[in-house]
Amino acid sequence: MTIDTSGYSCPEPVIMTKKALRDKPDSLSVIVDNVASRENVTRFARATGYSVSETKDGGKWILLLTR
Amino acid sequence: MVRLTTTVKTSGCAAKLAAGELDKILSSIPPQRADELIVGFETHDDALAWDLGDGRIMIQSVDFFPPVADEAYDFGQVAAANALSDIYAMGAVPAVAMNVMCFPSCMDLSIMKDILLGAQDKAREAGLIIAGGHTISDQGIKFGLCVTGFTTKDRLWKNRGAEDGDVIVVTKRIGTGIINTMIKAGEASAGAEAAVLASMKELNKRAAETAYSYHVHAATDITGFSLLGHLHEMAEASCLSIDLDCAAVPVFEEALDGARFGFIPEGAYNNRDYLADSVIFDPSIPLELRDLLFDPQTSGPLALAMSRDEAQDYVRTYGEPACIIGQFSSGDRGVIRVYQNNS
Repeated sequence: MTIDTSGYSCPEPVIMTKKALRDKPDSLSVIVDNVASRENVTRFARATGYSVSETKDGGKWILLLTR
Repeated sequence: MVRLTTTVKTSGCAAKLAAGELDKILSSIPPQRADELIVGFETHDDALAWDLGDGRIMIQSVDFFPPVADEAYDFGQVAAANALSDIYAMGAVPAVAMNVMCFPSCMDLSIMKDILLGAQDKAREAGLIIAGGHTISDQGIKFGLCVTGFTTKDRLWKNRGAEDGDVIVVTKRIGTGIINTMIKAGEASAGAEAAVLASMKELNKRAAETAYSYHVHAATDITGFSLLGHLHEMAEASCLSIDLDCAAVPVFEEALDGARFGFIPEGAYNNRDYLADSVIFDPSIPLELRDLLFDPQTSGPLALAMSRDEAQDYVRTYGEPACIIGQFSSGDRGVIRVYQNNS
């Protein structure tokens, strides 16, 4: 599953990520388009037991959350 | 009822323009000088200071921002306390102020009235008068005050002047930016929300007045550029460095959880990037505590530099949550070394 948080500012991307992780999927891709969202979604994912790897895509990042 | 914080992207002092961006502009504008102007914007101080020539110093400051509280009256109170803080941080007593208001034409005007009433009641508490102001139609609400206060030459506190060996006292808890972000996300407890609102509404009047009995060598208030940002300005202006014990910093405990879960305002990352070359963390310090030290504060504490003996006496007299959080030393101008004393 992928969610796109582009255009949203904090704390919205974290709220969107939290909703998408509600059913504890094994993985989730989160597209973020600014540093604060990238950092905050990463913190949220790690605090809830996911590991995070990221790839840069132009001005955006794709965060792959896995557990 | 409209929750005011839901109408804006950023709240309170977290909406401040990034320090790095601001620096680029301000350094390209030639400063105006006058013999009477004894504090301008060269050292990023809290307000301008103008020597009236009769022993009095006039202090002026303006501060305004988007809603940081959901109720209009509360927002007015916080905005006023925040704007007055710059005057207290200079050792001055606020005398008169004017409102600065941006307000959407489509919004209920009773909201504007409640903001103004909140500010006026806070002004009454501080013993100053708000007389007039300026209002423009804008997409989002912004409110604050332009304040004039007075002090004397022997009680003009600047952010420069700290001495080698002085310690730093702060007078409120840190973490308003993170808790406010948690509130926006519906993640803050009612207790934390109430504690942060009360702290933001609290005038720095008693914190300043208590310090009149001591020899304050330098002072500032902690707002949008974070605890580390404003301490860096003090250190830089005083040509000293700081050793900061982050275990001693008074914090809203829930803000540490908020930081761990990523409820951090964008301004904190701007502050972190701006200070990258000036702050050295001991490797043992956890990420959430580092984040908290970069958190933009709204209506934050005073930071006072004085001798250790006087500071200990100040902390006893003022009471909680005031405490000593660090010490100035010579060399490495502007650098802050952050350690954690767990003893």
